[in-house]
Parts: sequence; C-alpha cells; structure tokens
Amino acid sequence: MKALRKFMDKIQPSFRPGGKLAKLESVYDGMETFLFTPNATSRSGAHIHDGNDLKRTMITVVVALIPALLFGMYNIGYQHYLAIGQPDAGWFTMFLFGLLALLPVIVVSYAVGLGIEFIGAQIHHKEIQEGFLVTGILIPLIVPINTPLWMTAIATAFAVIFAKEVFGGTGMNIFNVALITRAFLFFAYPSRMSGDEAFVKVDSAFGMGDGSMIDTFTGATPLGQIATNVGDSLQMTNILGEPISCLDAFIGLIPGSPGETSMIAILLGAALLLITGIASWRIMCSVFVGGLAMSALVHVLPSATYPASMLDPWTQLCLGGFAFGAVFMATDPVTGARTNVGQYIYGFLIGVFAILIRVYNSGYPEGMMLAILLMNAFAPLIDHCVVSSNIKRRARRAATKE
Amino acid sequence: MATVRLKKGFDIHLLGAITDNAIVDAAKPNTVAVIPDDFHGVIPRMEKKEGEHVAAGEPLYHDKNYEAIKVVSPVSGTVKEVRRGERRHIDAIVIAPDGGSETVTHNIMGDAEQVLLLSGLWVMMRQRPYDVVPVPGVKPRDVFVTAFDSAPLAPDLDVVLGAKRQFIGKGIEVLNSLTDGKVYIGVREGQSIEAPSAEVTTFVGPHPAGNAGVQAANTVPVNKGDTVWTMDIITLARIGELFTTGKVNHETVTAITGEMVQQPHYIKTVMGADLESTLKGELTDVDGSRIICGNVLTGEKTESNQWLRAPYRHITVIPENNKPDEFMGWASLCPSRFSIYRTFTSWLRGLGKPVSMDSRIKGGERAIVRTGEYDAMLPMDIYGEFLIKAIISGDIDKMEQLGIYEIAPEDFALAEFADTSKLELQRIVREGLDRLRAEMS
Repeated sequence: MKALRKFMDKIQPSFRPGGKLAKLESVYDGMETFLFTPNATSRSGAHIHDGNDLKRTMITVVVALIPALLFGMYNIGYQHYLAIGQPDAGWFTMFLFGLLALLPVIVVSYAVGLGIEFIGAQIHHKEIQEGFLVTGILIPLIVPINTPLWMTAIATAFAVIFAKEVFGGTGMNIFNVALITRAFLFFAYPSRMSGDEAFVKVDSAFGMGDGSMIDTFTGATPLGQIATNVGDSLQMTNILGEPISCLDAFIGLIPGSPGETSMIAILLGAALLLITGIASWRIMCSVFVGGLAMSALVHVLPSATYPASMLDPWTQLCLGGFAFGAVFMATDPVTGARTNVGQYIYGFLIGVFAILIRVYNSGYPEGMMLAILLMNAFAPLIDHCVVSSNIKRRARRAATKE
Repeated sequence: MATVRLKKGFDIHLLGAITDNAIVDAAKPNTVAVIPDDFHGVIPRMEKKEGEHVAAGEPLYHDKNYEAIKVVSPVSGTVKEVRRGERRHIDAIVIAPDGGSETVTHNIMGDAEQVLLLSGLWVMMRQRPYDVVPVPGVKPRDVFVTAFDSAPLAPDLDVVLGAKRQFIGKGIEVLNSLTDGKVYIGVREGQSIEAPSAEVTTFVGPHPAGNAGVQAANTVPVNKGDTVWTMDIITLARIGELFTTGKVNHETVTAITGEMVQQPHYIKTVMGADLESTLKGELTDVDGSRIICGNVLTGEKTESNQWLRAPYRHITVIPENNKPDEFMGWASLCPSRFSIYRTFTSWLRGLGKPVSMDSRIKGGERAIVRTGEYDAMLPMDIYGEFLIKAIISGDIDKMEQLGIYEIAPEDFALAEFADTSKLELQRIVREGLDRLRAEMS
C-alpha cells in the first residue's frame, strides 16, 4: 500500500492546475478517494463522524444486486441454448455464454455513464460522486438482452444528462436514472423492445453458442404472452412451448430482462438491503402490499378482454419486473418519498399502479417502470402533504397558546 | 414527577471514560482567558485596556447593543493581551492572574435581572429562539434547566455540582422571579434533585436527551413568538450562590476525558484556565491529539496553547488521525471501523462497547441521499431534513414553519455525526439562526 501511496503522491502534481493532466483532476481525486479514505479531519461541528459514507452505501447496493446479476447471466445462457435446441449444454457453458452476452452491456453502461459523470465533475470542479455505481449495474439488468449496444449507449447518455446532470447530479434527480434509460429505449425503439426476439439472446456471443433457432421458438415473456392472449383460458409457455408455472417464475428460468426474472435472487438482494438498512422497508413492503391488493381486486373480476386479470395475485407479483422494481428501484431514496408516512403511500401506490397498468392497458404489458416513474413525479407532493401536517400542527400549537 | 421516554438518538461510547469520581486540584493557571465567541450573540465592546487591573467578577467588556450585558474576568489580575484576529475580531482576552482574591461583591437585594447582567452569569444562559445569550428586558415564557449531560464521555453533573447543590433552591427562586412561567428541570432516570419550586421531569433515553432544547421540545415546545431560557444545572447553582453570598464563584470542575488522556479524571480549576498548565502531563501524545473543549459532538477544537472554553466543564482529547491513508476504507469488513449503520460490521461486536474514534470525516460531502438519518437522531417533532434544506436554500418562511425556533446547533450534532452525506449540519443551523435573527431585528 505504501508503494501505491507513493505512486499516487508522485503523479499528483501533474493533475493539479497547471499540470499536464490538469483536465483529469476530478478523475485523479476520484481514484485517490477510492483507494484511500480521505485524511481530512473535521474543521467545524462534530469532531467524530460515522464510518459510513456514500461510497459504502452505494457499494452495498451493488453487492445486493450480484445474485440477480449472476442468475441473470445464467438465465441468458439457459434461454439461448433452449432456443437453439441444445438444452443439455451444461450450466457452466450457459453461464459463460450469459457472461459474454451481458458483459458488453455492462461495459457500455459504465463507460458512457461514468464518462459523462467524469466530464460533468471536471466542468464543475467537483468531486466525482458515486451515484452511477448503482445505476450502471441496474441498466444492464433491466434492458432487454437483444438491445443493440448503441441504443443502450444513447439511452444511458440521455438518462444521465437529462435525468440527472441537469438537475445537479447525484442526489438531486427527480426520476430514477436507470428507469429513464429503459423508458427512453421503450419509447424510442418500441419495435426492438417487445415481441419474440427482444428478451432472448438469439445470436451468438463472441462466437459462442452458434446455432439456429428451433422452429417452434417463441421468445415472448409471460407478460407478453398474456397481453396477446385470446379466450377465457390463460396458459403461459416457455421457449419450447411447454407450460410454465408460478414456481418457474419464482426460480426465474423464464424469458425476461436479465435481472428481473428470478424472485429468489431478488429476495436475496432484498434481504441484504433490509439488514443493512439501506433500503426503506416501508417502501419495499408497501409496494408488495399495494401490488397484492390490486391484483386481488382485479382477480375478483377476471375478464377475457383484460387477460392479465385472470392471473392469481402471487403469480402476478412473480412475473415481469415487479419484484425487481419493488426492491431496487422504488426504494431509491433520492427519487422516492422521504418521510416515513409518505413512504407507505408512495410504495402502496406504486404497487397499485403497476398492476393497474399491467392489467388494463393491453398495449403495454409491463406496468412497473411506468408506475415507479409516475410516483417519482408524485413523491415530492406526497412529502409536501406529510410535512404540511407537521407545519399545521405547529401553527395550531402556537395559536392555542394565545 | 413526569417521565418522558425518548426513543430517538444514540449513545456513542468512546474510550477514555472517567472511572473515579475524585476531584483533583489542578495547577494554578499561568494565564486565564475569556473567549468572546463562547457567548454567541454578544458583540464585545471593551471596557478594559491592555495593562489595566481587573478584579475577579469585574467586567472586561459589554455588548454593543445592550450595554448592560457584561462579560467579566474570572480572576483578579491584569489584562495581558486583547488578541485580535481578522477584521479586528476579538479572539481572546488574556489575563495574567496576580494570585489575589479580590472579588467583586454584588448588591443582591437589587433587581435580579440587573444583578445577573452585571455579574457575568447572564451570558452563561441561552435563549431560544436563535440559541444566543438572552436579550435583556424580554421575560422568558419558561426556563429549562438540564441536570444531566448525555453527550459522549460527558461529566456526571452531580459530581461537577458537588456541594454547590445547596444553592439550587435559591437559583430556582431567582429564576422564578424572572419568568411568568415555570422553571423546568430535566433529570435522568435515578437522579434525584431537591427542587420543590420547579417542575422536575425525568428523561429516559439516549443522547441528546440531556440537551435542554430537546427537553423543552418534549415538555412545552417553543412556539413562534415565545422566548425561553436554557441552561445547565451548574449555571443554576452559580446563580443561587451569587444570590446567597453576593459573589460569583469562578471555580469550575472539569472532566478530562478521552482516549489520549492517561488517566481520565475530574479537576478543579478556574474558568478560562490555560490548557498548557491544565493538561500538563495528562496526555499520552500531544502531537497526534485533538484537544476539544467540550464533548466530541459540540465542543471547540482548541490548541494546547489556548484556554478552557465555556461551559468550562469538559475536555475531551481524541486522536487526530489514527489511521492515515487507510486503504479502501469504504470496503472495510473490520468490526473496529465504527458505524451505527449495518453497512459496516461493527454492529456485530455490539455498539455499546467503547470504541476508538479519530476526527477524520471518513468520506466526501454529498447531497442528502439516505432518508430518515436526521430524524432518527433528533427526538423532536421536527422534520430535520426538510428544515436543513429550508435553511440551505434560505427560505425564511419555511424555516419558521418547520420549527427553527425550537432548535439549536447542538441538537443537530448527533445527526451530523451520523450523516452519510457528511454535511456540516451545526454550521448550517448556526448560519440559519443568525440569518433569521438578522432578518427579524
């Protein structure tokens, strides 16, 4: 470590104003604070500080995403080999294929997002902030795997610039940046974001997994199938046309966005977020409660016009991005409600709206993304109402005294 | 006797607590100083010049706006130096004690307010709103006295009080004559106090339960337009002593605590004593230490060639930086890296065990990201985060509505410790209060 410290000290002058690499000052500072805890001691106020900082907080969220990430990689391979008719390719081959398929997306997401953050930090002569650490890993997990990399790059750039940097950077954004990326893709390139070939990697990854699709291939996600369902009976099938159950959806071996399919992996992440106290249990629980309540309500009146209403509430929550959104997106403290009471309302309404959109808007099979973005917009209003009640209480207290 | 249970807050247990309640007489100070910054709200206008003689209790300066507010010399001696900083701001008034015991005697039969103002004890009190020295002529709605200090390593005020507790009754009597309301005294569980003419409330819960402002907020909150006074029980006893003997006692019992102190203990010294003689031979390592007059949350960083600061009852010495260039500290899995959050592993070894903490900030300043951190550390009916945001954005109406009149910087000290975003909350609150005060006058 000493050698590294010496090296960092040696190269430091060239990054300072007047140095050769002065334009990279923020990058150097970012590296330095990444490697070494800053030696700065407090100058005003409290003399001791808690060990926790935003770096640790963000990294913990990234760690919580790892189960979903790893399972997502495996599932990409699993679906692919199923689609090319080699279901017995072995779990390692499947995982490796998924890794190779997802890695470029991760690289593009981080390269574009962090690049913009670095430039932004340098322009404003500010420290590089950690916000994109989490966003950068969320994007590959919620963008369909067959999305061309250039689309992901444009969407990421759009989201980071227009959803975050223009509002003042980390901690200032109104909408969840990762969801804006996905929303941008869905509205700018709708044809690539749904249908048979969006959610299953059909071509090879770096030469691996070559093969042609089986004839009976249908890569539509369960929710996609439901949206186009005709008649009174509802049966979801996998790529081979075999029926899939609620349990399949719980384990996660179904087509879908890389991180969203497995409830088990998501619940592992949820456990870490709740134990460490990073995610608000109020939001997380109330999203599920809201979702369950709304799915139960629509299930009371099943109708062939709205096929998703025929799903039982549990399956409803296991499918699509509901769980992933509830655990990792709705709980984003920056874009969510910040008061305790507000968090219950915010979470509950996300659950309700997600199912409402999913069931009664047949043009759009997945409602979670729009529900969260909608409530992102309403979160400040919810907080305003909660805080107003405190203000009113205080005013009343002052008035009764006189 | 009412009991209030407070759930919010946190008790930080640091190394270097006092185990023995014996009080040792400290060496006679070489110099004594009065630091005008200790009495926020008083703008000094000197009454004594360098070289002039002062008796103990004789005014050194008065306030620019209210000439009646006097700040007095704690010892008899000569004014050695009026140390000035930027823009002729008075940093310290240094007095060389002459060893004499010449002390001003007050006519205690006169108007109590006038006696208090002239005695120099007035500036030991604070008022809400604004957390400043009380404005003369304004009758407080109530007076809140805290009888215990809940801060990390804080002295046991019963020990500091010692035999002076006999003056508590008289002190309450005086304060009762100055307010139309009541004198409230906040005690901790198990603490007994003889105060028949005051309203005694027991507070159960972690720090900041001992803050007079927190106690006020949980008994009779401060509303817009109200003025209340806050002080500690030591000041109350001093007032009682003044109105019994006619003299102000400038002696003080001070707890010397902290990891860098060889043997934490209580000393008896005089207000404003120089630290060089006070701390001689007390510290394990002077260079790597941070000397704090007060507790680790609200105290003032003080160099070893400076003086004991108000409220003169606590010195904490902690390491300045005991882990320079900590490699990837944010990734640490080591349980000794203390955090009240479960993102680190220190909760596994138990947060109640004494820990070593240095003065590093351990992170960069960020926008507020995590929710509820301030509220969890602030046992008041206040949305701390929204109030802080209102202060930062300078929204005076919002500040008022969200309860800025009820708070002092010290109430946010624990939140500042716990803040993941590392904002200087006490500075923000102080600036907000000062700004509001300027706006209202």
